[in-house]
Amino acid sequence: MAAKKGASGKDAKIIDNSLSNIASREELLEYYRQMLLIRRFEEKAGQLYGMGLIAGFCHLYIGQEAVVVGVTAAQNETDSIITGYRDHGHMLVAGISAREIMAELTGRATGCSRGKGGSMHMFSQEKKFYGGHGIVGAQVALGTGLAFAHQYNNDNGVSLAYFGDGAANQGQVYESFNMASLWKLPVVYIIENNQYAMGTAIDRHSSEVELFKRGISFEIIGEAVDGMDVVAVKEAASRAIDHARSGKGPYLLEMKTYRYRGHSMSDPAKYRPKDEPKHMRETRDPIDHIRNIGLEKGIFTEDDLKIIDKEVKEIVADAAEFAQTSPEPDASQLMTDIYL
Amino acid sequence: MAIEILMPALSPTMEEGTLAKWLVKVGDEVKSGDVLAEIETDKATMEVETIDEGTIEALLFDAGTAGIKVNTPIALISGEGSVSAPPPKVEAASVAIANISTPVSVVSNLVEPDWDANTPTIKITVRDALRDAMAEELRRDEKVFLMGEEVAQYQGAYKVSRGLLDEFGPKRVIDTPITEHGFAGLATGAAMAGLKPIVEFMTFNFAMQAIDHIINSAAKALYMSGGQISTSIVFRGPNGAASRVGAQHSHDYSSWYSNVPGLKVIAPYDAADAKGLLKAAIRDPNPIVFLEHEMLYGIEFDIPDVEDYVLPIGKAKIRREGTDVTITAHSRMVGHALKAAEELEGLGISAEVIDLRTLRPLDTETIINSVKKTNRLVAAEEGWGPMGVGAEVIAVVVDQAFDWLDAQPVRVHQKDCPLPYAANLEALSLPQPSDIVAAVRKICNK
Ligand SMILES: Cc1ncc(C[n+]2csc(CCOP(=O)(O)OP(=O)(O)O)c2C)c(N)n1
Ligand SMILES: [Mg+2]
Repeated sequence: MAAKKGASGKDAKIIDNSLSNIASREELLEYYRQMLLIRRFEEKAGQLYGMGLIAGFCHLYIGQEAVVVGVTAAQNETDSIITGYRDHGHMLVAGISAREIMAELTGRATGCSRGKGGSMHMFSQEKKFYGGHGIVGAQVALGTGLAFAHQYNNDNGVSLAYFGDGAANQGQVYESFNMASLWKLPVVYIIENNQYAMGTAIDRHSSEVELFKRGISFEIIGEAVDGMDVVAVKEAASRAIDHARSGKGPYLLEMKTYRYRGHSMSDPAKYRPKDEPKHMRETRDPIDHIRNIGLEKGIFTEDDLKIIDKEVKEIVADAAEFAQTSPEPDASQLMTDIYL
Repeated sequence: MAIEILMPALSPTMEEGTLAKWLVKVGDEVKSGDVLAEIETDKATMEVETIDEGTIEALLFDAGTAGIKVNTPIALISGEGSVSAPPPKVEAASVAIANISTPVSVVSNLVEPDWDANTPTIKITVRDALRDAMAEELRRDEKVFLMGEEVAQYQGAYKVSRGLLDEFGPKRVIDTPITEHGFAGLATGAAMAGLKPIVEFMTFNFAMQAIDHIINSAAKALYMSGGQISTSIVFRGPNGAASRVGAQHSHDYSSWYSNVPGLKVIAPYDAADAKGLLKAAIRDPNPIVFLEHEMLYGIEFDIPDVEDYVLPIGKAKIRREGTDVTITAHSRMVGHALKAAEELEGLGISAEVIDLRTLRPLDTETIINSVKKTNRLVAAEEGWGPMGVGAEVIAVVVDQAFDWLDAQPVRVHQKDCPLPYAANLEALSLPQPSDIVAAVRKICNK
């Protein structure tokens, strides 16, 4: 059965196709635009946090942009999305406006959760974005439930459930894997393996560090993907989503990625070698990757990118302005949305 | 036009910091992502990155300068500018951290002190008191070990276990995967076999993954085994609302665990109680839920400077004597109650403040005796009211001191909604000292 691909570890090597010829100019520019939007948005969020305008826990996605951009490029509007607290990037590419997200971060009435959720708890029913969850691992069981509903409603949709390498150790992940495989639920599990769970490096928290193998005993195909290469991500995600959509059950993608910043704004990240983030930035940056190869191969020009840079700057500046000038929720909102 | 780089806040509770080190000098070219400086707070050292591009024009503070307030310009960069030119003004009022009480200093008119007046004292934070308690018990008993997420190498997510890995090594200070249900069960099993685990939950919100083992395995084992299997285990960590961390990270579990026979539940306020009660908890042969509070970790209190400071579990403490009304509280709400009592004094109302310290078993005697004297009761807690700690305190008083009551007992608690993130709504949601004052005035007719 070809469905064993990857589970044995045989075919599951990191694919490095370095932007093979699969993506068109338009696609590449769009990936660039989305990744840059996330990067600039997150930098701005970090700055507003430093100014005391955003509070609580705030987890930035900087460095991991290619994962959500690549996967989203492979999905369609019938599909549902769910993730943890590192969610700003997922929301941006799901099509939720930068304004609404930033205003949620500043806790304003115009935020996507009307200021009641904050960074870790954001949702958009309209975009089938089901959170934004603060409890590590919760989104895996919930995401399996979204897949259950797709199957139940026979709507041809797939559930995309994102979680971290640390979350991959929660028991409910394996309870979910078992049910998903048993019932052939249309779910793609996407492990964003950024090598650390807070301050704990993967080899200190996982007995098997090749996380794509975690589905083996559940008969779930697993694949490791270079999560810093947006095209490789897109290709792998297409395979996984096709598999799930065609009724063959769940699929597991382990995205090898990296977060540049600390775990959250208040984490100094002293637990990793000082030059490790620097090295990743300089050699593996997902945005530089696309930029360099596109320019080298003459797929696009500096001027093409400048237009995008400017557009992104404006979107982010506008979102930040909006998030600071919007009013706080009215006091009457305190006791609403508790029951229907 | 020059862009100002501001002193950033690294956490919602940070107000100022030390500029430890510059990593750039005037004239350097910088781009987005470059590290400009290292700054220090009481909790951590962090790097400040720029998101702007340009040339460093000026460094406004020397390395080593302490006490730089958040949002003060620390450097100037000339250049094209970033995503937006100078940072817009902060609307100070609305972003002020709503829930950080100014550190309450220890009340000097302590009644029934746990130590006598001649005992020397030192000042210590609640954080370090907890650490010292664990260190002393780890030294004292080979069977004691500490386990939890980030407790060893990272020194604790809130730095409570600072230094313990160094002293006791990885056999006894153990980093776990994010596997609460698993490691709480594992630790309970180890306790059944005679070890004495201290299980740290990064916060009690995450103990919900593990509550089955706390209740079904630990709390009930002794009974179900007809007295054969006991578990000497401490489940500890911060409980309740921190600051702006939203609905899923701000839950107060006081009443949940206090509902369960077989568990003892401790929720200290100051450093001395944190130390004396944690040491007692570790020695106790029963499963104990030890509820700390993140907002108290950094606060300093006097603590007796003695060899082995252990307090009895199950004794409340009168923190302030009064004659007109009894206010009961635990954990962070004790500070609010003391503040309220001060304010009430100005209004001519003499309030007695009881720090419950242990929720199960509840020291009903101290509460009843106080109410018999004051004839009025306000029961305050941080969590939700329905079926809560205050409800229980009032039930006890109505049952045992009904005839002494001159007015209906009243509860003060969090609003009956999940905790909102927005600063203004959060402040409205959590009980404040003013809510206690209002409740007292309502039943004292003043
Ligand atoms: C059940 C639970 N336990 C602990 C935490 C605290 N916590 C938040 S994020 C995190 C690390 C998660 O790491 P990983 O899954 O690798 O995701 P990443 O942050 O790297 O994206 C921890 C321990 C939590 N939110 N929920
Ligand atoms: Mg991780």
